[in-house]
Amino acid sequence: MAEVDNTALLQFLLRTGDNTLILGHRVSEWCGHAPILEEDIALANTALDLIGQTQLWLGYAAEVQGMGKSADDLAFLRDVWDFRNVLLVELPNGDFGQTLMRQFLFDAWHSIMLPRLAKGTDERVREIAQKAVKEVSYHVERSADTVVGLGDGTEESHARMQAALDYLYPYVGELFESDEVDAAMVDAGIAPDPASLRDEYDALVGRVMEKATLTVPDGSFAHKGGRTGRMHTEHLGHLVSSMQWLQRAYPGSEW
Amino acid sequence: MKNEWPLWEVFIRGQHGLAHRHVGSLHAPDAEMAIKNARDVYTRRNEGVSIWVVEARHIAATAPGEKGPLFEPSESKVYRHPTFFDIPEEVGHM
Repeated sequence: MAEVDNTALLQFLLRTGDNTLILGHRVSEWCGHAPILEEDIALANTALDLIGQTQLWLGYAAEVQGMGKSADDLAFLRDVWDFRNVLLVELPNGDFGQTLMRQFLFDAWHSIMLPRLAKGTDERVREIAQKAVKEVSYHVERSADTVVGLGDGTEESHARMQAALDYLYPYVGELFESDEVDAAMVDAGIAPDPASLRDEYDALVGRVMEKATLTVPDGSFAHKGGRTGRMHTEHLGHLVSSMQWLQRAYPGSEW
Repeated sequence: MKNEWPLWEVFIRGQHGLAHRHVGSLHAPDAEMAIKNARDVYTRRNEGVSIWVVEARHIAATAPGEKGPLFEPSESKVYRHPTFFDIPEEVGHM
């Protein structure tokens, strides 16, 4: 196994932690607004799980970076262009169905990626993944059930779920992009090549969509640029400005 | 058509060896989602090792109006409590 280059490891950790940070924040936007109380609590639990994972990923990222920063510094004091999350997780919540469709498309990938990380060569990555995988097994079960329930539900819920899938699907491809950072992770045995997870993902998503009576769109076009930092959608700026507002207005504030 | 999801009663076993206890109720479209909702609503602070849910309409219950005939007769039957036995010292704490 190759010795891992810290620059590559840092990028990998930022990508992993920013995915959970941005999705966790997005999901938390439902708090107090979900269609029913039980779903409200369930979504808040999911958001908290993701934020908890973020603390671990970005905490490790800050150590690897070696500039004396903390997970909070990375979450609240970076600007939009520094984030390395995939575009999928920053997309707006839309209606409840769109939120759950986005959640399922991410959970499905997350549930396939984490068990690999939990068996990698980096002890810290392994420990974080082992903790996260239990939470994510539940997330994917819940989001899959809801996608099936709404997809195979009423005429209106079916139409909304199909529209959500059509809108979100072009953002799925970015999860399976590989570049030199991924190659370094593969060489060091820390993480798998994202591209190698695609077949398993397609099988899982295909099964759930079939039960949900939804049609997975054709075409392999993928919106991308988030995980490399080349570009984000217009939506991330708004998210970051509300997420970081307090630290920006009252720098260093603690309670 | 009724749009409201049915009501489910939730029972949680706190530890192995203890009985399930009624902890509250919630709404869910089916039993599977009721268990998931119960997990999210009632076990987020490490309260349980097992969950039961039952749709509230399946619980048969006594009517509050019948509490006189049902329960009052037992109020005057103190002899039904096993308090009239002399416990030998050797038995110790029971």
